[in-house]
Amino acid sequence: MLEQQDKLLDVQNLWVKFPTRSGVFDAVRGISFSLGKERLGIVGESGSGKSMTGRAILRLIRKPGIVSADRIMLHDKDLMTMSEREMRKVRGQRISMVMQDPKFSLNPVMTVGEQIMEAYAQHAKASKADVKRKALDMLEAVSIRDPERVFRAYPHEMSGGMGQRIMIAMMLIPNPEILIADEPTSALDVSVQTQVLSIMDRLVQERGMGLIFISHDLNLVSSFCDRVLIMYAGRIVETCRADKLHEARHPYTRGLLNSLPRLTEPRERLDVLKRDPAWREAQSVSGAS
Amino acid sequence: MTNAGLASGEKQSLRDWLRTETPTSRRHAKIASLYQGWLTLKSNKLAMIGLFILVFLVLVALFAPLLAPADPFEQNLANRLQPLWGQGHLLGTDSLGRDILSRLIYGARITLYIVTLVAMIAPIVGLFVGTVAGYAGGWIDTILMRITDIFLAFPRLVLALAFVAALGAGIENAVIAISLTAWPPYARIARAETLTIRGSDYISAVKLQGAGPLRIIVKHIWPLCMSSIIVRVTLDMAGIILAAAGLGFLGMGAQPPSPEWGAMISEGRKFLLDYWWVATVPGLAIFTVSLGFNLLGDGLRDVLDPKDAGDA
Amino acid sequence: MSGLEISHLDVWFGSGHDRVDAVKDVSFRVDSGASFGLVGESGSGKSTILRALTGLVPNWSGEMLVAGEKLGKKRTAQFYKKVQMVFQDPYASLHPRHTVDQVLSETLYLHGFDAIDRRIVKLLDDVGLGPSFRFRYPHQLSGGQRQRVAIARALAPEPEILLLDEPTSALDVSVQAEILNLLVDLRMARKLTYVMVSHDLAVVGHMCERIAVMQLGEIVEIMSVADMRTMKTSHPYTKHLLESSLGYKRVESIG
Repeated sequence: MLEQQDKLLDVQNLWVKFPTRSGVFDAVRGISFSLGKERLGIVGESGSGKSMTGRAILRLIRKPGIVSADRIMLHDKDLMTMSEREMRKVRGQRISMVMQDPKFSLNPVMTVGEQIMEAYAQHAKASKADVKRKALDMLEAVSIRDPERVFRAYPHEMSGGMGQRIMIAMMLIPNPEILIADEPTSALDVSVQTQVLSIMDRLVQERGMGLIFISHDLNLVSSFCDRVLIMYAGRIVETCRADKLHEARHPYTRGLLNSLPRLTEPRERLDVLKRDPAWREAQSVSGAS
Repeated sequence: MTNAGLASGEKQSLRDWLRTETPTSRRHAKIASLYQGWLTLKSNKLAMIGLFILVFLVLVALFAPLLAPADPFEQNLANRLQPLWGQGHLLGTDSLGRDILSRLIYGARITLYIVTLVAMIAPIVGLFVGTVAGYAGGWIDTILMRITDIFLAFPRLVLALAFVAALGAGIENAVIAISLTAWPPYARIARAETLTIRGSDYISAVKLQGAGPLRIIVKHIWPLCMSSIIVRVTLDMAGIILAAAGLGFLGMGAQPPSPEWGAMISEGRKFLLDYWWVATVPGLAIFTVSLGFNLLGDGLRDVLDPKDAGDA
Repeated sequence: MSGLEISHLDVWFGSGHDRVDAVKDVSFRVDSGASFGLVGESGSGKSTILRALTGLVPNWSGEMLVAGEKLGKKRTAQFYKKVQMVFQDPYASLHPRHTVDQVLSETLYLHGFDAIDRRIVKLLDDVGLGPSFRFRYPHQLSGGQRQRVAIARALAPEPEILLLDEPTSALDVSVQAEILNLLVDLRMARKLTYVMVSHDLAVVGHMCERIAVMQLGEIVEIMSVADMRTMKTSHPYTKHLLESSLGYKRVESIG
């Protein structure tokens, strides 16, 4: 168990509800977990609530969505009790988020350099020259070989992998403690994925950050993260160490693992996951580390 | 089981039938889908106000002979320019002593007539031109779009004046003139939609079944353009009514003694300062109907567009 | 008889200055009843080859022989009876305003079939959807269900060759398993020939017997899936692709 002071984030009983015309839809149903200086993976299929969890932590869910939790502690401060103005100081500066497709998360009408400088200037007072210097340094840190050229370019001129690295630069420049990555490599080609992941890996380690890695890709998460939470229907059904994922015990996790075709082991038929209604009803497993 | 029990039992199953997630026939699917749209519309209060105004307009037009207290053409020069509530005339009388309320009510018919005719001609012509241009591409597209541009370049009232000068004044000619300038925006909308839709997988898929351009345009593209066109029509209605009123005001549309609202404003203009109601009352009627169309159009956009955007 | 053979296929978009060569001198053949995979990353041209086969691409040169018929500029009605395609995005391959019934009945009508009602019921059954799905609109279906409808539509004309363009990449893992099993079953039952495009080597490995690895419009290597599984490859790109597919290899921490 992590000591209280080593816990970067402590989430207790998080609920995310969406009232609709035909009743209230619960996207996240009472999950609890904590994050230390580690790489935590949250795995689930679409509709499991994993993306909503990431957004709920940063309080990015707009009406009519309702977020409630007993507490979301960032060190010793409860994010749930903060005002919007205080949250703005948290977002970017203490917790950052990288999303799936840089096509949609980078502003198409601003140059890359302008966006990164803006990200930095939000949280630090520095001269324009210093900010520019910092931005260029950050671009180098994400292994962009020609930072001056990229600085002046527009997002649509960049490939997917470059775009995602720019996104990481932008999100890490204010030096946050926690990075939430929501399917950061799903829109990328397989060979670029490895590159982006290793950059993220290195930066997170260098800065002693905590990382929440949200993905639907079990294999990726098990090889990249330290610890994994598996979500289903808004609840955590299992948690385990990433390298022990293949020994998971919950039937849903096993079902997911067995339904994947494997490159090195041929099989006649893939096992089809039989969803047991009991999984929805079961209590959420605690993801405290 | 009592009668009340039976009735509520039947009512329950009708609602279930409409709200079902698993329709059992083509008709059922269509009706259930329309019902869903209706529910979305109903939840928008402003749109319902708009709808109410328009339904009211239609009813007034339909039942004009029953509703109008007097003959809209009956002149009574002794009674001219009576104020509101004066002498049993709810909305007063105009410069020839005719009851304004009755003229307003019969005028609703004319407004409805104009609006319906233009709504039938302009969007359909625009849809046709736009989808053919967008789907065919190449020189067909260029030619059709340049023709569209030519019509778009004409200011509405100027073209109407020219038309009327050539063919004579009258409501039908006014309608044709308005339609001639109203169709180009629909062509543009339809073309833009077609360009987007044309590259979709579902169009590729039906091409792979051997479908020809006619089938694709009529059965696949038109249904998808309908939403934008319908929304645009309702939002355009306000402008069309005002254009017709403008023509009437200039004496180019409905001819006296026709109780067209624009013409009524024109007749009342001379008396605006001392007998303000003669022009203002029909003006308010135009305003209300335009507002109704706008509100409904906005609400329809919410109903029709979300499905267009798809869902994930 | 229902195999296909492609020789020296070039596909390009634009002309002169703006010309982009999407496919460059591609040749391969697929025997009747076989299952062939085209793998590569985005921009490799793999999907473009399928589109060239189905006549959805304007500029191409080379030779394409499909089920004994040499392909020209336009595709004939017989071609569409023999070759059908399943598209990648189940959310985009069904017309949003048409019910499942309309989609299937239109397909059957265009191919000149009779007894449309009966056939629709059977098709839905063949893809594992019951009659309750018949009159639904696409937005009332899940991703997996939509893809089943797309497969039903492709099977309606009783084709011999099925072109599969990343049929499961937009689906959840558990749904993917169902759809892949369905495709395997259908192939066995109807003796179909598959040409499958994917970026996911594990999926291709499960579904196909031979694969062509593509990079930037060219075929880099053609190999059997058995060889792929044992990493028996000579080409560096293939090697790189295989290694990346095995997951992330963490470099130990700095401190």
